Amino acid sequence: MKRLLVFLVLVSLLAACTSPTTGPNVESEIILTTTTSTENSGLLTSILGDFTEKTGIEAKVVAVGTGKALQMGMDGEADVLLVHAKESEEAFVADGHGLERFDVMYNDFIIIGPESDPANLKDIEADALRAFEAITESKSKFISRGDDSGTHKQELSMWNRLNIVPGGDFYISAGRGMGEVITMADELEAYTITDRATFLSMADKVESKILLEEDPLLFNQYGVIAVNPEKNVRINSEGANSFVEWILSDSTQELIREFGVDTFGQSLFIPNAR
Amino acid sequence: MATIFEGFIEAFYLLASFDKEIYSIIGLSIFVSMTATILSSVIGILVGTLMGLNEFPLKKTIVKIVYSLMALPPVVVGLFVTLVISRRGPLGNYQLMFTPLAMIIAQTVLITPIITGIIYNQTKEYGEDIREISLTLGGNKIDQTILVMRELKRTIAIATTTGFGRGISEVGAVMIVGGNIKGHTRVMTTFIAMNNSMGNYSESIAMGIVLIVIAVCTNTALHRISGDVR
Repeated sequence: MKRLLVFLVLVSLLAACTSPTTGPNVESEIILTTTTSTENSGLLTSILGDFTEKTGIEAKVVAVGTGKALQMGMDGEADVLLVHAKESEEAFVADGHGLERFDVMYNDFIIIGPESDPANLKDIEADALRAFEAITESKSKFISRGDDSGTHKQELSMWNRLNIVPGGDFYISAGRGMGEVITMADELEAYTITDRATFLSMADKVESKILLEEDPLLFNQYGVIAVNPEKNVRINSEGANSFVEWILSDSTQELIREFGVDTFGQSLFIPNAR
Repeated sequence: MATIFEGFIEAFYLLASFDKEIYSIIGLSIFVSMTATILSSVIGILVGTLMGLNEFPLKKTIVKIVYSLMALPPVVVGLFVTLVISRRGPLGNYQLMFTPLAMIIAQTVLITPIITGIIYNQTKEYGEDIREISLTLGGNKIDQTILVMRELKRTIAIATTTGFGRGISEVGAVMIVGGNIKGHTRVMTTFIAMNNSMGNYSESIAMGIVLIVIAVCTNTALHRISGDVR
């Protein structure tokens, strides 16, 4: 019994040693909340190492929907936000929760769906609203993020413009992240709206196809906001500002532009900081 | 079918290649759950034994509470722990959110009632007899309690293994308080959930295999211990 105990303790310690510890260069940390689409696309994994190298700060990335990210900012639970719901972001800053909002990069939303395309989106050129109408009229399955995310807000704005309240059996509100919703759409042979980057990063794993794109209404702007440090003492305001500076800097913007070019032949996110 | 098969093959490659990320995730899972189990055992064995041997006011109610807490849903534990340790919460000063320590705390909250309940249950059955033996041998209250704990070694082993099994396989609590942060709080279960959502089946399967192996080993140990004839 004693030997077993000793063995267990040793295993536990060994396990702890194999656990990752923060690197030698790290002096402090920030909590960065971002959207599941940014995280799922792999962008942050790819470029954050540069941030830590240059500043010695480690960014702990918590990927949640934009709505939750903003809420965490309001609650002072995060130091900096990287999200994509411009209107909500501007309200966030106007209400004093954030210091200032900056454009970082953009990409676009696309509508994906099954090869069989029951709503016949293939015949619709660059008109997202017509596409949404077609989906409703044909009662084709549509998966909504349903989680107050940037993508969800984008989707809702479309329904709003059409004065349609989505519902009924064909409308599936998932309450999950972008990657999950794409998988669901693939599995259920349904349509959904997604940002191009996340879809491209998963395109080889699903059978869904891009059925509608290039409508100016589908423009998807990402913004970065440092949380107002007056919320509580524990906000790492210095770190947050370093992050904002870094992500807007020319070299990082270049890193963003390069992301995805090798694998997909195109940038997944287009930098547009001023 | 092909995807599943491919997934398994890639999974084996992943495990065989000793990928640093995968192994550190496995290590962290074991570390978190084992630490939580050890902490829970210390509390659980003490409290469970004392409860089993003694009378005290409101005993019936407290026993009912312990038994109910054994069925606490992990995700609810995660939620409640968050309320306490988040920056706005009473323990906000310690910046525990999204750290391994937070995960250990959450799992300890989850596992302690389980261990307490199992120990209490056995103690109330057999504790009295053991205590009487100690009494006849001239033991005082403390000696009696210690003898009970030692005689119920098997129960302790069962309780601990059950607790560990619960900890290593839950995803709700560690996801909420840990956040599945790469390099910091990503454990086997949150890794599987995330990769599955991204369609990375080979990674998910690889980790799933490891998790199953650990679960099977834990359960085998459980059976061996409980089947042991003293």
